Amino acid sequence: MQASDVYSKYPGNDPSVLIPILQDVQEVYGYVPEEELHNIAKHTRLPVSRVFGVATFYNQFRLTPLGKNVIRVCRGTACHVKGSLDILTTLETELGIKAGGTTRDGQFTIETVACMGACSIAPVISINDEFFGGLTVKEVQKLIASRRAEKSE
Amino acid sequence: MTITINNKEVWANPGETILTVAQREGVHIPTLCYLKNLTPTGSCRICVVEVEGQRSLVPSCAFPVAEGMKIQTNSPQVRRARKTIVELLIANHPQDCLVCVRNGNCELQKLAEQYEVRDHRYQGERRKAKIDLASPSIERDPEKCILCGRCVRVCHEVQNVGAIDFVRRGFHSTVAPAMDGSLNTIACVFCGQCVVVCPVGALREKGSQKGVWEAINNPQKHVVAQIAPAVRVALGEEFGMEPGSIVTGKITAALRRLGVDRVFDTNFGADLTIIEEAHELLHRVNHKGVLPLLSSCSPGWVKYVEHFYPDLLPHVSTCKSPHEMEGAMIKSYYAQKVGIDPKDVFVVSIMPCIAKKFESQRPELADEYQDVDAVLTTRELARMIKAAGIDFAKLSEENFDDPMGESTGAAAIFGTSGGVLEAALRSAHYYLTGKDMDQIEFSSVRGLAGVREATVTINGLTLRVAAVSGLKNVDKFLEGIRTGDSPYHFIEVMACPNGCINGGGQPIPSDPEKVRKRIESLYAIDRSLPKRASHHNESIIKLYKEFLGEPNGHKAHELLHTEFTERGVE
Ligand code: SF4
Ligand code: SF4
Ligand code: FES
Repeated sequence: MQASDVYSKYPGNDPSVLIPILQDVQEVYGYVPEEELHNIAKHTRLPVSRVFGVATFYNQFRLTPLGKNVIRVCRGTACHVKGSLDILTTLETELGIKAGGTTRDGQFTIETVACMGACSIAPVISINDEFFGGLTVKEVQKLIASRRAEKSE
Repeated sequence: MTITINNKEVWANPGETILTVAQREGVHIPTLCYLKNLTPTGSCRICVVEVEGQRSLVPSCAFPVAEGMKIQTNSPQVRRARKTIVELLIANHPQDCLVCVRNGNCELQKLAEQYEVRDHRYQGERRKAKIDLASPSIERDPEKCILCGRCVRVCHEVQNVGAIDFVRRGFHSTVAPAMDGSLNTIACVFCGQCVVVCPVGALREKGSQKGVWEAINNPQKHVVAQIAPAVRVALGEEFGMEPGSIVTGKITAALRRLGVDRVFDTNFGADLTIIEEAHELLHRVNHKGVLPLLSSCSPGWVKYVEHFYPDLLPHVSTCKSPHEMEGAMIKSYYAQKVGIDPKDVFVVSIMPCIAKKFESQRPELADEYQDVDAVLTTRELARMIKAAGIDFAKLSEENFDDPMGESTGAAAIFGTSGGVLEAALRSAHYYLTGKDMDQIEFSSVRGLAGVREATVTINGLTLRVAAVSGLKNVDKFLEGIRTGDSPYHFIEVMACPNGCINGGGQPIPSDPEKVRKRIESLYAIDRSLPKRASHHNESIIKLYKEFLGEPNGHKAHELLHTEFTERGVE
């Protein structure tokens, strides 16, 4: 599917199709680019502030592309008890972004998730599809350093 | 039907909300998110009351009455609930009252006082956000925002601009332009209606007082002030006077006390605008020009066309707005007359408007120097008068200075929606027939409705005219022009509902009753003046004779007319 298909799928001037359009556009790009927010506004005849407001209200929508390494930090109870907040803040300081953000070079995205169901190896994070458990702050720093090195190879 | 409020039986209409009935009965219920005439959202819950038989408290602004309903508006439970809401709001609010522009006029402060909040019961992380200072008209300070949503609703539902909206959710929610941008770079028209409804200091005008004080204190500068029609019937409210008090002479006196060198009347500029605009209208009608002609004195409205209907810009009158015309005359005609170098002249306009701040900085509104150097709102002038320790109510009245102090009744009514139209018709009649009309008042274009229309026949020429205020109301007229179905010759548009009288720079709080009284006073000024049509203004006649030449002539075009910019919505 292409973005133009999305717009021909939904009637114009109809604010009620806003959420389905946002979903489809995200399907096309993996996120909702700013330019498309403007296009959606024109198509639905809603002010772009409303389109942006709705897109930021729901967690399902991303307004920035995902990085090459998507790091998910488990913030479930077990991980929390085992210090997942330290893990998260370490990642945030190391990468200079907040949870939900992507580094400028497009290499890293940090996200938090409620529970990954891997409580036995808490605290746990995943990078893309790989899981890392029983982490310490030091280990997290090493992990990031090695991923960075991969990039420059 | 009958209901009981605080043990007293009162009468109510089916479909009314508890709040509406209580207000009519003089029972005070606090509100924050509620805005008269707009759909209630019931989101802030400060208006909760106890209704017998209901398990929890209900928001009175959204809850309809029912036969026999028993309501308590001030029970201990109600007071406790409201107090908690206030405490939670304060917990996420900067403790900046002492240095806030709304100090003493803040709804949150009032509630804290009323519910006797004496300590910070809730403490925690506060939301952090940057102040948006980029625009020449509005400052947006999201940390102070209590998320009542009034600004959002006014901007979307009344003004149809939709410049701002709720963004994100929960702790991170805030009110912002799209992409978290600045009001300065998006399609905000700077009408300031959001500023007037904001209960706290989160939205406020960009202050211009400092520059004005500096000019006053600079011996090199010849400071000339001018005041708009709508200011003289509103400023009194800032000093506890009755809404609608006519304080023209006191303002003149106060400005002299502040150290201003000359005080002129923007009503002079309004008369001048009518001469130019009436000629422009008749020229377009007689020469098959672009019609309908759209008025151009409301800078919020002009910016609206530039953003949303740029294809219709040829319809907009090329006349500068009255204070800009006057600024241009002050820096040319007047400066020449008194032998002052225009570079030393500082023109400050006192306006009911914050879009005029943006307007005054438009590069095309300048000859060698900007026509107007600073714009103060009615509120800012009040602050300056207070800062200078002037007892406003006790001032004795003084007159305007010559030569731009003379004005007619036609100019006085510029301050209200329909006034420009009426004033233009008075003069158009004269230009077409050589006589004044017997009945000079056009009741059909007066009133509080957002749209008023009339058809007038003068000397066999039939003109369809309309006066529109509140930008939401104008779209159908503009769509009509786009499709070529517009039967109108002239449409007066003012961005703010009811016109300048209810502008974004007027005293806060505003309400329809105050606005109505201000309007009545404008019509009273009109009736009280010996001359009620712009073409009889002797000083204007002299201005054309001595300086400008013909209306719409070469020099008039150079100094009194302007051009517009296509802006788009991104
Ligand atoms: S100034 Fe007018 S257009 Fe701009 S945000 Fe406020 S209400 Fe909307
Ligand atoms: S900026 Fe003011 S009016 Fe708008 S939501 Fe915040 S507090 Fe309410
Ligand atoms: S005023 Fe009723 S819920 Fe806000």
